[in-house]
Amino acid sequence: MSADATTGTNAPAAAGRGARAGIRRTRSPLWFAVTEGVRSALHSIRAHAFRSFLTALGIIIGVASVIAMVSIIQGLSFAIGQQFQGLGSNSITVAAYTPIEERLQGRIARLTPDDLDLISHRVDGIESITPVMTSGIGQVRYGGQTASAQILGTTYTFQDVAQYYTLSGRFLSDSDNDTRRRVAVIGETVRENLSLPADPVGEFVQINGEWLKIIGLLEPRGEILGNDLDNRVLLPFSTMQTLTGNRARPDIQIQLTVANRDEMESIVQRIERLLRNAHGLGPDDDDDFQIQTAEELRNTIDSILTNVTLVMGGIVGISLLVGGIGIMNIMLVSVTERTREIGICKAIGAKRHHILFQFLLEALVLCLIGGLVGLAIGYGIGALAASLIPGFPAAHTPLWAVALALGFSAVVGIVFGILPAAKAANLDPISSLRYE
Amino acid sequence: MSVIRLEQVSKHYVMGQHVIKAVDGIDLTIERNEYVVIIGSSGSGKSTMMNIIGCLDTPTSGRYLLNGRNVAGLNEGELADVRNQEIGFIFQSFNLLPRMTALGNVMQPLIYAGVPLADRRREAMRYLERVGLADRADHLPNQLSGGQRQRVAIARALVTGPSILLADEPTGNLDSQTTVEILALFDELHADGQTIVLVTHEPDVAAHGERVIRLRDGRIVEDVRNPPRGATG
Repeated sequence: MSADATTGTNAPAAAGRGARAGIRRTRSPLWFAVTEGVRSALHSIRAHAFRSFLTALGIIIGVASVIAMVSIIQGLSFAIGQQFQGLGSNSITVAAYTPIEERLQGRIARLTPDDLDLISHRVDGIESITPVMTSGIGQVRYGGQTASAQILGTTYTFQDVAQYYTLSGRFLSDSDNDTRRRVAVIGETVRENLSLPADPVGEFVQINGEWLKIIGLLEPRGEILGNDLDNRVLLPFSTMQTLTGNRARPDIQIQLTVANRDEMESIVQRIERLLRNAHGLGPDDDDDFQIQTAEELRNTIDSILTNVTLVMGGIVGISLLVGGIGIMNIMLVSVTERTREIGICKAIGAKRHHILFQFLLEALVLCLIGGLVGLAIGYGIGALAASLIPGFPAAHTPLWAVALALGFSAVVGIVFGILPAAKAANLDPISSLRYE
Repeated sequence: MSVIRLEQVSKHYVMGQHVIKAVDGIDLTIERNEYVVIIGSSGSGKSTMMNIIGCLDTPTSGRYLLNGRNVAGLNEGELADVRNQEIGFIFQSFNLLPRMTALGNVMQPLIYAGVPLADRRREAMRYLERVGLADRADHLPNQLSGGQRQRVAIARALVTGPSILLADEPTGNLDSQTTVEILALFDELHADGQTIVLVTHEPDVAAHGERVIRLRDGRIVEDVRNPPRGATG
């Protein structure tokens, strides 16, 4: 007798046999397996919400620390990059340099205004050149207020070399320098510290007992590596020389920009030859000066930051590894705990790949959710840290870090999920069904 | 064509020096729409035979033709397909997936059959209605009584439209009232044309079958037809 032949009223069993051919089957088994696997993984993660959270905690912490760390360092690097852009990639700084042994013997190398003349007259291709004389930190007074600021003696061309422009008033001029005029251009921090009016032009401040008239206020520049570029007072170079007294040999820095960036290398070499000659250095002597380009400085800082990122990344990578092992542990326990369920699934038709996929996707989804949560937390920590530390640049989370963190989470999920999943898939249905 | 045809089927286990003959040369034919009860004490080989018929296990020798197809030589994946399409399992301890609703449990075999969600839901609801549990579709197993759980398990077993319903002590964990209800449901399904193989050790349950096969030491010792139930009273 055939089931299809039975004619019972309201007979789903018989109808089921007949209708079976009519039930639609999926056309793309792989897509079906993935969507069903993800559905089942999400179901299982939700069913064990607290355990899932604890399992993913390792990944959450790992990813959060990667993202927080990278975003802070990248923010720093990004800010430094911008500062250097302001400095101009075609600028060169020449400064005196004394090796430590020489310094211990009391010999201090210096650059003098003569060196400046030499370079400006004998080197071609220089766009602008300026001496910078610094006395380090000095006291500035205004009325009853006193503030410390970095005091620099320089010339008109410093404006172009260092990209310093005035917000109000004017910059130092050549005639200020020629006539040793008692004038000063100040930065925003100095103005604030001295409680000067919003437009301080025309006010008088006192440095080393000398009265100086403020002729300009600089555009705010912010900080670079903790050095406040706005806490500066700029004086004409010649005025600075007078103020510091008749020190026998003033030490200056020379800042210059080249007209054509391609000539950078040859100009650096030319300056080196000239100065070695002028300072009477023999072929075996080391340079008693240092020539630094903005590019070089930036590369140095970049490479330091890259190394820091890599080292920290390595440490954090280990924490992700530990998180992955945690996931594997829990998944193995979960397989044992669900042995009977696996047996049931096999009895009702689950194949090896169904079970493998289910557990693998569960680990993967768990890791990816952990990764996303970690990403959000890390982003928050980075932004919070950057905003809590005064003057710290804003955190910057690069896309590669996001991709890396999520990619790493996924890899951790697959690598550490495969063993428990394989264990589950290979369970024997009969003994799993008997498992208590 | 017979639904089940066992030819000299044996399952021997080697335990050290001894060979344990769990099932020993069984010949058995079950026709479509038969209601067969396999009865035997523990150790009689009924569980092993059940596993072989249910394609959970393969015999060490002999042929097993399911709907004319020899399943003795199938690999694991093919056996899974056979279990999914041809066999509907019902267990003594219900064996529902604990974290899935009644509906989810009934839909589960259809996932392995590759049926899309909407169709799955519709089919599963149809069978939940059939066992009278449509209003409990979103209950978890632990929110259901034993009888209700077994009904869900029956709906799950039927949902792929299997050739045989294979029930292993289906009333072993149920009280006498619920046992009567579940056995009545089996009778209905049988009346609707379903082939049923029921394994039990209780003579009361065995009385519901059309045909009773008694196993002892892995062999069939008795194969009788019950008189029509109306006649015995």
